[in-house]
Amino acid sequence: MNKIISKEIFSENVVQFEVEAPLIAKAHRAGHFVIVRVGEQGERMPLTIASSDVQKGSINLVVQKVGVSSAKLCALNAGDYITDLVGPLGKATHIENFGTVLCACGGVGTAPMLPIVRALKKAGNRVITVLAARSKTLIILEKQMREHSDEVIIMTDDGSYGTKGLVTNGIESVLQRESVDFCVTVGPAIMMKFVGQLTQKYRIPTVASLNTIMVDGTGMCGACRVTVDKKTKFVCVDGPEFDAHQVDFDEMIMRLNAYKDLERGAMQRFAEQPEQDRPAM
Amino acid sequence: MKEESQIKQEREQDWRVSLRNGMKAKDRIAIPRVQMPERDARIRSTNNEEVNLGLTETQAMTEAQRCLDCAKPTCMDGCPVGVNIPTFIKYIEVGNFPAAARTLKQTSALPAVCGRVCPQEKQCEAHCIHLKMKSTAVSIGNLERFAADYERNSGCISVPEVAASKGIKVAAVGSGPAGLSFAGDMAKLGYDVSVFEALHEIGGVLKYGIPVFRLPNEIVDVEIDNLRSMGVKFVKNCIVGKTITIDDLKADGFKGVFVASGAGLPRFMNIPGENLAGVMSSNEYLTRVNLMNAASATSDTPVYTGKKVAVIGGGNTAMDSVRTARRLGAERAMIVYRRSEEEMPARREEIHHAKAEGIDFLTLRNPIAYQGDEKGRVTHMQLQVMELGEADASGRRAPREIPGKTECIEVDEVIVSVGVSPNPLIPQSVSGLDVSKWGTIVVDESSMQSSIPMIFAGGDIVRGGATVILAMGDGRRAAKSMNEWLSKK
Repeated sequence: MNKIISKEIFSENVVQFEVEAPLIAKAHRAGHFVIVRVGEQGERMPLTIASSDVQKGSINLVVQKVGVSSAKLCALNAGDYITDLVGPLGKATHIENFGTVLCACGGVGTAPMLPIVRALKKAGNRVITVLAARSKTLIILEKQMREHSDEVIIMTDDGSYGTKGLVTNGIESVLQRESVDFCVTVGPAIMMKFVGQLTQKYRIPTVASLNTIMVDGTGMCGACRVTVDKKTKFVCVDGPEFDAHQVDFDEMIMRLNAYKDLERGAMQRFAEQPEQDRPAM
Repeated sequence: MKEESQIKQEREQDWRVSLRNGMKAKDRIAIPRVQMPERDARIRSTNNEEVNLGLTETQAMTEAQRCLDCAKPTCMDGCPVGVNIPTFIKYIEVGNFPAAARTLKQTSALPAVCGRVCPQEKQCEAHCIHLKMKSTAVSIGNLERFAADYERNSGCISVPEVAASKGIKVAAVGSGPAGLSFAGDMAKLGYDVSVFEALHEIGGVLKYGIPVFRLPNEIVDVEIDNLRSMGVKFVKNCIVGKTITIDDLKADGFKGVFVASGAGLPRFMNIPGENLAGVMSSNEYLTRVNLMNAASATSDTPVYTGKKVAVIGGGNTAMDSVRTARRLGAERAMIVYRRSEEEMPARREEIHHAKAEGIDFLTLRNPIAYQGDEKGRVTHMQLQVMELGEADASGRRAPREIPGKTECIEVDEVIVSVGVSPNPLIPQSVSGLDVSKWGTIVVDESSMQSSIPMIFAGGDIVRGGATVILAMGDGRRAAKSMNEWLSKK
């Protein structure tokens, strides 16, 4: 049981929790994730750690409502307890002074990008962050990103904020004006696929942080397997970061959709249930 | 393990001698071996109730009469944890069931579990004197289960005697059979034992792997509670190697660590279509159903419930998976195995139960590819037909392809159960630890001590893939030698 210290609402579907987890905070490095479970019948769900505070013994998690489990988590408030929290898992991001680094993130990929941006900046890189979302209300963590980036480029699909266009348009505008040594991308699989295609054209080494389906998250079940350079890899122990130019994103997207029908059914049942009938969390 | 002299002494106690002399060996041998009562196969294949029902008191006492109380109990040589078999069986014969249960607990932390899942036919029962006399072995496993169940159901569970506290902290990494067995023995010796578990439940493979129709969860929980009352502490959601390191444990005053982190990454066959949706490892399938309760409407975890399910492999895990699929509504549940039934590593009892439940056995078949629909869901499997050739290194006849002979079978779910590699988290996180090329921790076979003196290891992280009882045996051996090592310091 881990206590929620505070809750901040970023947008209608995105919230940030500060959670008591002293051991995880101490062991946390950029790129790590945790497994979270809400309620005795809850699902194990991977979430990247957005930041940690060793002094306070806490970690921050940014959660986007996408299904029953994330909706249950988002419904919790400060003072509530998360039933199970375990981590940090995965391999930490490889941080060094590359020179100029492009950090391209979209939607809820923004939260896990923050510690990477911070670590890259600290290592002496010139950091250009491209922050993308469908529209202005979905842009999160802009202030924090600005604090740790040399430049932040905002892209929205509808042009309601920053420049109108996709994350790839933002990246290309940078690539056309200056040389970039390294690129990191975190976001929806389809976005990372196109970022990878673009940076491959410009021959810029690129890593993508993958967010696949997991059950145990500790290297046991194999649900998170992806094909990288024609070999099967496990995101939970070999990743979550891989060479974006070698990941088979089409297969990954297909596997991410594997439980969509079952999840839609579960979400409907959850939404139709009156509040008081919902299982205690 | 018990000293030989002590076992001899017990055998010479008056009640044992008169019991032994009260019935002729010839008459004991003439009693037919008891048949374990089973739930009806048609009914049980639609629910999760335990398949074996357990012996009645009369059945158990009669079966106990079959035991000749040998002067040299060879059955004990076959037991990895050295259960005092004749003594517990003779207690059953005289109807002193609580004493039988107490005897079991002297050496085994999990008697109700062992009585259910041990391959006794390859261990204790394989050494039974009856077999030398062309009779069937004493049903030691069923008697063990009887005694443990009797004690649990009686409501007065005995807690093994614990020595005075030594004030020395030791840790077990992993709460599966190896870790629990280690914890039990170290607690008895007076150590302050903490067991660290990565998952949100204690029990390891006993919870996430073995299905409840073979091993009900309540039974595992009772045995865990028993360890708690012996003073063992359990820490859930803590991954040694990630959340904390072995160095952290050392700094926290732990003097010895037993690594029993178990099986890790599932093996796949690297054939086309293996990453299609609907193809998964048995670890994933069983974890969803057993640990996450995914088949229940109240669980947030989803699981496929295929109608045409193929399970690839012939081990106990494959049998557990295919029988689970049947219970979740598979109309056709198949085992696909590349050798013949004879070579299957699964227990005969599991194969027999699976067949009674209507499982199809496609033997001498090996999958070579899977096909899917436009959504990427598996729809067919391509099987290569095999035949048996000469015996291979394992002594089993090696399967070889019959060129050009293949079959295509409709499936909507495939569960791959062809083994696991050891969990990589500890080997990755400890520098200086000797690790084999397969990723297992290298230990001295008799002491279970690794290349780092304070670290001992056992179970699947050392063996790569073993049974519950072998893991428990490792736990006991590690406890014995860690105690000796710490006492010398």
